[in-house]
Parts: sequence; structure tokens; C-alpha cells
Amino acid sequence: MKLTIPGEELMGHGNLSCQGCGGSLAMRYALKALGRDTIAVIPACCWSIIDGPFPYSCLKIPVFHTAFETAASAASGVSAAMKIKGKKTTVLAWAGDGGTFDIGIQALSGAAERGDNIIYICYDNEAYMNTGIQRSSATPYGAWTTTTPAKKFKSAPKKNMVEIMVAHKIPYTATACIAYPEDFIKKIKKAKGFQGTKYIQVLAPCPTGWRYDPAKTIELSKMAVESGIYPLYEVENGIYKISRKAKNKTVKEYIKMQGRFSHLTGEVIDEMQKNVDKEWELLIRKEEFYGHTKE
Amino acid sequence: MKKVVTGNYAASYGAKVSRAEVVAAYPITPQTQIVEKIASFVANNEMDAEYIKVESEHSAMAACVGASAAGCRAYTATSAQGLALMHEMLHWAANARLPVVMANVNRAMGPPWTVWTDQNDSLSQRDTGWLQFYCENSQEVFDTTIQAYKICEKIGLPGMLVLDAFILSHTSEPVEIYDQDRIDKFLPKYNPRYKLEPSETHAFGGLTTPEWYYELRYKIQSAMDEGLKEIESVGKDFGKMFGRKYGLIEKYRCDDIDTLLVMSGSTASTGKEVIDRLRDNGERIGLARMRVFRPFPKQEMRKLAEDVNKIIVIDRNISFGNEGIFFSELKSALYNENTDIPVYGFIAGLGGRDITMKDIEGMIKKADGKPKDIIWWGLK
Repeated sequence: MKLTIPGEELMGHGNLSCQGCGGSLAMRYALKALGRDTIAVIPACCWSIIDGPFPYSCLKIPVFHTAFETAASAASGVSAAMKIKGKKTTVLAWAGDGGTFDIGIQALSGAAERGDNIIYICYDNEAYMNTGIQRSSATPYGAWTTTTPAKKFKSAPKKNMVEIMVAHKIPYTATACIAYPEDFIKKIKKAKGFQGTKYIQVLAPCPTGWRYDPAKTIELSKMAVESGIYPLYEVENGIYKISRKAKNKTVKEYIKMQGRFSHLTGEVIDEMQKNVDKEWELLIRKEEFYGHTKE
Repeated sequence: MKKVVTGNYAASYGAKVSRAEVVAAYPITPQTQIVEKIASFVANNEMDAEYIKVESEHSAMAACVGASAAGCRAYTATSAQGLALMHEMLHWAANARLPVVMANVNRAMGPPWTVWTDQNDSLSQRDTGWLQFYCENSQEVFDTTIQAYKICEKIGLPGMLVLDAFILSHTSEPVEIYDQDRIDKFLPKYNPRYKLEPSETHAFGGLTTPEWYYELRYKIQSAMDEGLKEIESVGKDFGKMFGRKYGLIEKYRCDDIDTLLVMSGSTASTGKEVIDRLRDNGERIGLARMRVFRPFPKQEMRKLAEDVNKIIVIDRNISFGNEGIFFSELKSALYNENTDIPVYGFIAGLGGRDITMKDIEGMIKKADGKPKDIIWWGLK
């Protein structure tokens, strides 16, 4: 079997992630795809900590730690600097879901509309995990967090950030999952080939916040994709393409592995299943529709 | 070459001749002309810069911070609400030791909505670690932009030059634009020792425990101290090269005086007219124009205070619950040295109300007897 994942490790030992951290795997794969000629801009998120305290950094690329809502805008500045210096260095904005869906959405929308040349990767662990599991607009319906206690669980659906980015008509938008590293790496490499703002949202489960056994991160990640809850797809210049078509697991199977959903009743779970089926159907139709317009 | 330009355009020309490489800006009245002019410079290839038309001032400063960290000379301009929105990133620029230079057109803060001048916007950013230069005229706006880059890049802190809304920003006057060759000689290309560079894998601004944070703050204070010397020496060199000398405080007719008037910004030029008139009448009064507010020129202020027996400060700003801000800072500078000089604190011209020669004469006359911390001039 031919190994398609680059062997070079640009994330070193001694990082400060929790056991089973999806976010640290996501970074490891992302850097394998991007290579050494990369500058990372990281706002407040788990990775502000994972990278290591001063004077250490576990990444073998330069890192600029920036304020919470400025991943995209600070990266735009770095990107402009690379352009004026005539450098081809990739500028990576690397933010969590809170920094992307919530507080950083304005700066990201601005950069995307202008077409600033950055790769923006949101590692999505579906809540403010670094501050101790508070709900974000990426938190799915039904989930417990410390600010959405089980008795009053999150009643709003997860914001569809991917579609918001697609609506900016940027050249490339994709979802990914750490359980599918070849797909994730392929997408990052593809993103690198486009000028402008590229957005990749990678599901990065958090055992601490989702309340599951850290050994199950990959299994659970796979289930998120297989159940259609976190479909893998890409939108290249407006053309949708689903990366993994099989949908052979249920919402119930996925959520029963996680303490954050343990309070949910059968009725609520049925409702969630209906919504997932509907969204999946919609995605298939989008693929058909846009695929058709392409021809 | 002399050009008739507004204070705003003087700022734009300053950014151009300083060869700012990345400009990130968002429009706000009365700053707009600065960024419009830069947009036309860039569009006409008169200025080799990347201009990011950001969606907010917060992003403007974030982009400047990113560009500066990547080793570029970065520039922006703003005013009032825009400056307040930048606040978080002002700290970021200073604490990351990035010599971003910005023009702030002094506009009063809302509500109620206003576009006219006072200094509360910039003075609210007092403790962010930015150098602050208060300019009197368009030539100084232009000259200070060039000097600010030289000073800030030497000491590793950002600098804000401040000009009054409309009174200076929209008033045209002749400004000498020096030859680019000479400016390039005075202000060489920015090339910081540490920058975002894939061959050097540093992490900038990572989590720092109490073990080191404290020392990093001490280093900023040390850089501010160095800034005091640097402002004087760069101002002197600038004088040698271009014929206009600058320093921390401009002393106007401060020889043989018993009363010192302290002002800042464009209103100081009205103050100078008043001083001329009073000196002609034999009064022993001079004017200290505070050109630099951060770092605060304590020693120079103390020296000036040595030879007078009365100080009058006119503040176009107020720290609510206390008093005028220049007044406060000046009193505090004197406390350990000259505690017995009466200092009178006047508040005037908030929200752009005119401060006329008659007003200034009136305040000077009123500054008599037991000194007061806060005297509201011309209150209806």
C-alpha cells in the first residue's frame, strides 16, 4: 500500500493537548499538507495553549499568536506582507469554532469578500473548549455544555458556517474530519493551489468537552461522517462534490458514545435524525444541481 | 517642493514618503481623506504598497499588526469611535513590540453624535503603550510621520500622531514635501531582527507565565524611556537634514517668564498669538506646547517649572470624575520636585467648540488666587 500522507513531522513532541485531542491531530495533518514554507496565525483557542508556553513552541513553522477575533485579519496583514515582499509563503489562519463562527466571523467575512490570499482552517470541536466547554454557535442542537446545562440543552441548530463561506463565492470551501487524513490532506493541498481565501472546516472531537473515552476519538470522528451528521464535501468554484457518499450509521449510534448528549430522550433523537436526513438530502441535491450547471 | 494640502493629505503624503508597505484602513469622518489619498497613490503606482480595505478598524489594526510582525512598515489612520474599536489591538501592537504608525484625527466621542474635535479619543488610549505626538500644523503632521517611523522602529513600539478634526484635518496650508532621496537617507528600509520568516521558526506572543510577563512589561517602560531620548535626537537630526527641528516640548517665548501656559494641538498656535500680544504688553508669559504626551516628558516639564511661579493648563479633554488629562499628568510630574507652584486646570473647547484668542486671554486672567483643579471655561 502506498502511503499518501507526507512523512515529515512539523509538529513536535511536548505539545500541551489533552489525551485524544482531535485539534492536535488536525494540526499535525495540516502541516504535513502545507509544508515548511508556511506561517501560522493563531487566535485565542486551544492551540494558544497546545503550542506550548513561552519560550517553547511545538511547531516547526513560525507562529503569530493573535487576539481572539483576528485570525483572518491578522493573516490578511501577513499575506499582504508576503505579497509585497514577493514571497510565496502560505499564510495559514488556524482558529477554533468560537473564533470562527462567533467572534471572528466579521474579520473572516471581510477577508473572504476581499479575496485575501490565506488558507483558513477552522478546527471545529463544537464549543469553547479552551475556556471550559461553553456553547458556541457551532455547538449542535441537543448538546450539553456548561452554559447549556442538560435541563436547558442547546436549543438552536449548529450554524452552517460552510454555507456562509460558500456564499462569499470564494474559490474553495471544504469540510474534513481527522478520521479521514488522506481526504483532509488532499483538500488542503488543493486549497493551496487557489489564489484568494480558502476555507476548510475540520471536525476535531474533544473528549474533555464531549464526554467520551479519549481512546475513541477516531472511532467517534468516523461515526460523525458515516451518520451524515458531519458530511465530507467540497465546493470548488461553486461546484459541490460530496467526498464520501455512504451514510450508514444513525444519529443514535453517534450520540450514545458521548456524555454531552446523555440527557436526550428518544423523541429528541428522532427529531435530530430527521434533520440530519433532510440536510443530507439537501446536500445531495446541491451536488446534483451545481454539477448539472457545470455541464 | 511645496504643496498646498490639508492636514489629512499631509498625513497621506507622510505615509507615502515613509514608504509604508502595507496600509490597512477603514473610513471614518474626518479621517477619510487620508485613506482616500493613499488609495489613489496606490492605484496610480505612486506608492508601492499593499492596501487592505478592511471591514473595520479592529481588523485594520490586526492587519497592521500581522504585516508588521512579518517585517513590513505598516500604516493606518482613524478617528474617535474607530480608535476605540481598535483598542484591543493597540495593546497587541505595543505588547508585541511592533512599530506600526497611525494617524488619529482627534474627534470627540459619541453619543451624542459629533464629528468635531477634542482629545478624549486618543487620550483614552493613554496606557496602551503607544507613543503619542500632538501636531500643531500640517507640516508637523508630515514631518512627524517620517520621524515616528524612525523613532518607533528604533525602540520597538508603535506611534500615533494626532491632529485636530477639521481645524487641522481639513484646513489647507503649504507643506514642504522633501525629496524622496533625502527621506530615504533619513529613514532607511525597515528590517527588524525578528520577524515571521519560515527559516526562523519563532512563536510570537505565546502563553507567558508570571515568571516572565513582568519583565516584558519592564522592557516596554524602558523602551518608552529610550523613546524620550530618541524623540529629541531624531527631531534634532531631522532639523539638520530638512531645516525643521523638533523635540518633546516646543517652548514658545519661554525666556524670562513668570507664567507658563501649557497647551497642545492646533490650538497652541492661537495660544502663540495671545502670548505675542501679552509679551508686547510687558507680561512675562510663555507657552509650552506639549508635542509628545507618551512618553510623558517629565524632566523637561520640571525644568520649565523651575523658573516660573504659575502654570496654566488648557485641556481640550477631560477624565470624567477627575480633571483635565494634560493637567493631571503635569501636576503629577511636578509633585516630587516642585510642589508649591500653583497649577490652574482649564477645560475648554470639548466637541469642537472654538477656543479663541479672547478665550485664552480670559483663562490667563482668571488664573489667579488659590489654584483650582478644574475650571470649566465658557460653560453655558
